[in-house]
Amino acid sequence: MSTKISVNGRMHELDVDPAMPLLWVLRDRLGFTGTKFGCGVAQCGACTVHIDGKPTRSCVTPVGSVANAEVVTVEAVSGPEADAVRAAWEGIDVPQCGYCQSGQVMSAVALLRDVPDPDDAAIDRAMDGNLCRCATYARIRRGIHDAAATLKSKR
Amino acid sequence: MEHDIDTGPLSWRPPATAAAGTHPFRLVTRREVLAGAVAGSAFAVALPLGLSRKAHADSTAGGLANVRGGDATPGLFIAIAPDGAVNITSHRSEMGQQVWTSIAQIIAEELVADWERVNVVQAIGHPRYGDQNTDGSRSIRRNLTRLRYAGAGMQHMLRAAAAARWDVDVAECVAANHEVSHPASGRKAGYGELAAEAARLPVPGEADITLTPRAKWRYIGKPVPSVTVPKIVRGQGTFGIDVQLPDMAVAVIARPPQLFGSVREVDDSAALKVPGVIRTVTLPALEAPASFKPLGGVAVIAEDTWSAIRGRQALKVDWDTGPNGDYDSAQYRETLLETARAPGQVRMDRGDVDAALEDADKHISADYYAPHLAQSPMEPPAATARWTGDTVECWACVQAPQSARGTVAGVCGIEPDAVTINVTWLGGGFGRKSKPDFVAEAALLAREVGRPVKVTWTREDDLQHGYLHSVSAQHLEGALDNDGKCTAFLHRTVFPPIPSTFQAGAEDPSWGELRLGASDNPFAVPNFRLETGAAPAKVRIGWLRSVANVYHAFAVQSFAAELAAAAKRDPKDFLLELIGPPRLIDPNDEGAEYDNYGDSLDEYPIDTARLANVVRVVADKAKWGRRLPDGHGLGIAVHRSFLSYVATVIEVAVDDSGTLSIPGVWSVIDAGTVVNTRHVKAQVEGGTLYGLSNALYGQLTAKDGAIEQSNFPQWRVMRISEAPRSVDVTIVDSDAPPGGVGEPPTPPAAPALTNAIYAATGQRIRELPLFGMVGNKLATGEGRS
Repeated sequence: MSTKISVNGRMHELDVDPAMPLLWVLRDRLGFTGTKFGCGVAQCGACTVHIDGKPTRSCVTPVGSVANAEVVTVEAVSGPEADAVRAAWEGIDVPQCGYCQSGQVMSAVALLRDVPDPDDAAIDRAMDGNLCRCATYARIRRGIHDAAATLKSKR
Repeated sequence: MEHDIDTGPLSWRPPATAAAGTHPFRLVTRREVLAGAVAGSAFAVALPLGLSRKAHADSTAGGLANVRGGDATPGLFIAIAPDGAVNITSHRSEMGQQVWTSIAQIIAEELVADWERVNVVQAIGHPRYGDQNTDGSRSIRRNLTRLRYAGAGMQHMLRAAAAARWDVDVAECVAANHEVSHPASGRKAGYGELAAEAARLPVPGEADITLTPRAKWRYIGKPVPSVTVPKIVRGQGTFGIDVQLPDMAVAVIARPPQLFGSVREVDDSAALKVPGVIRTVTLPALEAPASFKPLGGVAVIAEDTWSAIRGRQALKVDWDTGPNGDYDSAQYRETLLETARAPGQVRMDRGDVDAALEDADKHISADYYAPHLAQSPMEPPAATARWTGDTVECWACVQAPQSARGTVAGVCGIEPDAVTINVTWLGGGFGRKSKPDFVAEAALLAREVGRPVKVTWTREDDLQHGYLHSVSAQHLEGALDNDGKCTAFLHRTVFPPIPSTFQAGAEDPSWGELRLGASDNPFAVPNFRLETGAAPAKVRIGWLRSVANVYHAFAVQSFAAELAAAAKRDPKDFLLELIGPPRLIDPNDEGAEYDNYGDSLDEYPIDTARLANVVRVVADKAKWGRRLPDGHGLGIAVHRSFLSYVATVIEVAVDDSGTLSIPGVWSVIDAGTVVNTRHVKAQVEGGTLYGLSNALYGQLTAKDGAIEQSNFPQWRVMRISEAPRSVDVTIVDSDAPPGGVGEPPTPPAAPALTNAIYAATGQRIRELPLFGMVGNKLATGEGRS
């Protein structure tokens, strides 16, 4: 069965079961391995991508359900918020092993697009679905505040 | 709210003149390095290893083959391309501790290289590199000197090449910022230009080399930014699970629910009907000892991961439960506690504990219990294998590539030289990935299937078929005299030991585990006894970040606070009194077999002055003794492990409903000489929170021999809203030899937490974890032991 999806601005036509989770289409079929597998049940956030701009757990999203949507992964997420998050993450070395961090970056970018200067409660709400076993949480929080400050200074 | 992480990032810029702000680091493939070598103009790094198959057969092995820590032959670690690019080979696995960065710092320091022209590549697993097992917090402590010599040796060869070219004395040639100059004549040559000539020169000896004095270090000891993070934030870099080979199939394995269980019968008809599924393979049943061998079961081979997972769901397997089908962790807990309460085997004995307990003004006792834990790195185990004739090449997220090599060879019945282990990035390790059972699975399946196979473990696999952190029960007794001084300390520890995984039937706690927080007890108590009790293992027991230190520090540091409470003393003052006067301790003098993490006690003594110092510093940082809001409490704990000293203060807040939060954490580490202050701080933050997460939520239980938890959130891990808002880390400035960093922050976390809860509420927690699957609400009243 042929399924069409748009990933990072490019259309792909795939012979794939529409029930296959987007995560495995991205990783196994399209080679976008930046999006990670951590649990398969939407509990860890490592697989977070943007679907029409919304942070979404790709491990429980059937590829057939995003046929008319725009999927963006960590490899290609762009714009002022993405730049600010990447710069902040590099500025204080937020990641340790980095495995969960593509999901953290995607959630943080989506948060900042929604709430340009989030307080700690907003950070908790937006980031609570992204587990980090290295427990880089203090730096994630600081990284988001740093990115927000950068965005503010550029407005 | 203040976010108190002093990362020091802005205080450091590359000292070289090159423009900052670019990130030249990339994972150079071995092929690229190899191409440079073939061109005859770069040092051949790693190249001879795969081809010669003989350790020490490399003709470049010379005067630095036997420096402290191992072989420092420069070509093992450094390749310089004609354009001056310096490729540094990390023989240790990168799993978030930023070892790529620290190894590059050390080598670049002595090479006097321009940081902007340094790349890092990963070594394969090969004995030539010496110990590559990236656990035990030993990358820096075992390699700092060795890697300095490698860098300095290369620098010497570059200067010698310039001296030969200019026909001057090598002593007149100066290395600075990626070039060699001859100040007397004003001549200069870049490293790239000199590389080919330098490669033909003999490796100098230690006596020819002067290492850069500490006062002149530009990279070592500085908060140099990570070389991996710029890739991570762009979704680049290859983890074990990311490996893709042409014609590769994916395997997901249904493993026996019980250890040493086996397949009685398989019905794979439904599985084979799942689109994408190619076939199934029944693996050989595991025989004791478990060691690093695959667990057995039935593999579903498919064209992609999802099809393999669905195929496994459709499998019907009739399992023989084997000898461990009776394992019930709730019942086992009772047995462990009973054993801990009865006299055990005496392992260390000082003075007369029984008489002192008898004579005590106050005699207190307490039992502590901690459950099985999973390391649960965010990347579950994954490995890919490809056979060419009788040789196999593997790609895997392994902490111990040489162990993986030996395991694959043993399981497949081939020579280690026929096995190549390529090490990917590790999405966390925490001890799980130093057990290479999953690599052997991939090798067996790829041979059987006749095409490359990637084995992916799901989260369920990771939790239900792991090498578990040992469950433990401990019984402590203490005596206080009329003055409130501790006169006796009895520590009895009972847990199924790690040796059970490698030797069927091993039931007694080993000296290798007792040295982790039990036989190295630092308290100045006249009467001390360490006892152990036997416990049969019913699952694979393995190591997890800081290993037995976790439960030993929990019990010992909790009990220290219990003694303080009984003596009506301040816990910090009482702890310092227990530690006693400055002195060096040798547990071997009191009957222990104590190996000090494999390093000498002369160089790395158990130094109570350093232990007391971190307590004083952390108390100062946390403003110990300050007035706290209602419902708040401070707890303190200290522990030496992996040759480093860490003290932690935690502030908790418990509201009227009993809900716990953690407003602040202060941690002080004395790890001797440190290479990267920024990443040591990150390790202390992460290591502390790893300990807190496990203490708050971590628990694996078993019923009928099978682990009950299958995924998050049954296996609960701390989330950002539950994490401390502030984590303040202080590194003690020290020029002592380097100690470990990755593990030492973890052990004090749990007792500092429970001591803080006692301070806030009067509730003493002796059993972990604190919470179940949801919520952060403390049980009230006498509900807990």
